[in-house]
Amino acid sequence: MQTTDIGYWSVPLAIVGGAIRVSTPFIFVSLGETITERAGRANIGLEGILIFGAMSAYATAVLSNSPWLGVAAAGVSGIAAGLLHGWICKFPRVNDIAIGIALMLLGTGLAFFFGKAFIQPSAPRLPAISLGFWSDIPQLRAALDVNALFVIGAALAVFLQWAFRNTRAGLILRTVGDSSDAARAMGIDPDRVRLLATAAGGGLAAIGGGYLSLYYPGSWNESISSGQGLMAVALVVFSRWNPLGCFAAALLFGGAGALGPALQSVGVTHGYYLFYAAPYALTLAIMIATSSPGRALAGAPCELSITR
Amino acid sequence: MTRRMIFDRRHLLQGAAAGLAASALGARPAAAATVTIGFIYVGPKDDYGYNQAHAEGAAAVKKLRGVTVIEEEKVPETIDVVKTMESMINLEGASLLFPTSFGYFNPFVLQAASKYPQTEFRHCGGLWTDKNPKNAGSYFGYIGSCQYLNGVVAGHMTKTKKLGFVAAKPIPQVLLNINSFLLGARSVDPDITCRVIFTGEWSLAVKEAEAANALLDQGVDVVTCHVDSPKVVVQTAAARGAYVCGYHADQRPLAPERYLTGAEWNWATVYKTYVEKFLAGQPLPNFTRGGLAEGFVKTSPLGAMAPDAARRQFEAKKAEMTKGGYAIVAGPLKDNKGALVVPAGKKYLETAVELESMNYLVEGVIGAIS
Repeated sequence: MQTTDIGYWSVPLAIVGGAIRVSTPFIFVSLGETITERAGRANIGLEGILIFGAMSAYATAVLSNSPWLGVAAAGVSGIAAGLLHGWICKFPRVNDIAIGIALMLLGTGLAFFFGKAFIQPSAPRLPAISLGFWSDIPQLRAALDVNALFVIGAALAVFLQWAFRNTRAGLILRTVGDSSDAARAMGIDPDRVRLLATAAGGGLAAIGGGYLSLYYPGSWNESISSGQGLMAVALVVFSRWNPLGCFAAALLFGGAGALGPALQSVGVTHGYYLFYAAPYALTLAIMIATSSPGRALAGAPCELSITR
Repeated sequence: MTRRMIFDRRHLLQGAAAGLAASALGARPAAAATVTIGFIYVGPKDDYGYNQAHAEGAAAVKKLRGVTVIEEEKVPETIDVVKTMESMINLEGASLLFPTSFGYFNPFVLQAASKYPQTEFRHCGGLWTDKNPKNAGSYFGYIGSCQYLNGVVAGHMTKTKKLGFVAAKPIPQVLLNINSFLLGARSVDPDITCRVIFTGEWSLAVKEAEAANALLDQGVDVVTCHVDSPKVVVQTAAARGAYVCGYHADQRPLAPERYLTGAEWNWATVYKTYVEKFLAGQPLPNFTRGGLAEGFVKTSPLGAMAPDAARRQFEAKKAEMTKGGYAIVAGPLKDNKGALVVPAGKKYLETAVELESMNYLVEGVIGAIS
């Protein structure tokens, strides 16, 4: 193995590399949740869908030897779970937060149950696109090994940002999210729109799970997610229901998460528990810095149960 | 709620199984003749790691006559383990329990042992002393010797003279492994250093992968670890072209081209000895320790990529250790802050109980405990 000594440069490099490696599940889950919440419904069960997606992607990839088929299977499982959430929430006086919690426990439990047999086998990994081919430094090349799902996630963020404002579907989605009555007056069935929005959100979250088990860290076990789905749902609020904001927040979160290991590897070894808290501390700091009593919920869909 | 879920799940399965057995045989099979033994794991028992090593030991016990083995996985190191132990004792009639995770011992196992004096508890890794209940005890293996042998091979294979260690928490057993790994490597070349990254948790896949990547970015070219499931570390490091030394169980199938050797547990020896004594009605020892000599630990077969010099030193050192009474930690030895921790002439044999309260990293390890 060839190496070049890059000393302290490895810290910024690790942050960039970490942002690319770790952020993808956050991007997919938070974009999915943005679609759902823009339609006026919250699905906080995405953690369960993420874990179930990770398991179904891994299991399918092991059995079929095709990682992309695994990603597709994850997407289908996520859509099914989203449809379940959307269908239950259609009934009067059903609380979407409570259903979300139920779905989180259900998804996690089912994934552990069906995933038992797949902890040992190795699945084929998703291929990486090498964007660092121009460099001679192996560390840089490793950091710039980008997975196609990351690129798709980035493109999706741009597309959603545009589509929310400039397409008919985006308008319908936002109308439903801001006022059910206005939507009904336009002849739109809000429940139907929310059902589809929740299904789309579930599908994306499960694909994020597929990235976890099939690319990075690229293994299925029961602690694979460790709360990433929950954190991604929080990132949606943090980025104020804005797709590009979700993308940026996910990058920030991934990069800050790489800080702890990177600092230890160059010999800054004291207080690593503190560095491990960096992503959360940073999120809190930005929340405080950007908050103001006047526009606390600017950008929040009005029909969301947390704003109603 | 958790408690109900725990035994409900097991009882559902057991009830179904008992129902099937009863309908097949026409009567419930005689249960009085067998001894029920419970194994408790902190994670899944097929994790290529810590829990798998114990489950392989439990599988060996299952083959003994007159024994019923019950197991529960994924039991957290909290009050949950008390609930699991109590349900195993009260509902399933377990008379010997093996709670296998480090954090179970104090206070949970000790409290349960006081409360259930008729039940025997043997815990993996805890430090049992005379003041603790007599129906409790602990067993452990000197796996540091195997990490030393890992280090010997790593010392021959490294070109950058930088080794890497992904560690979970800075507890004495982990520190002894890190130190042994480096001392093994330094027996080949005293200029070798070892970078250690603590992830803070026994199982945290993304952080373990990030740690492995951070080590490789620093030019580390041989990696080992002490986390519950080494699968992620082994796969991540091997995918980037580094060599790996395994831990807990044999991870060669994950990276056959890059896997040098590994430090493995051999719990079958320990559990079979305990259970045979128990069945014979003999008292169980409270404090059991053993290393390569006693067959408590073993090494993965050395990979074909290791050069002859590495193979010779590995085999010679292993033979010396297998005689027993080997001292890895021998003075003069400094910690990585420059303080003398073991004076010249002082030796700690692998059996020395002082090693189980190790609180330093030796000179050459780049890392800190807190």
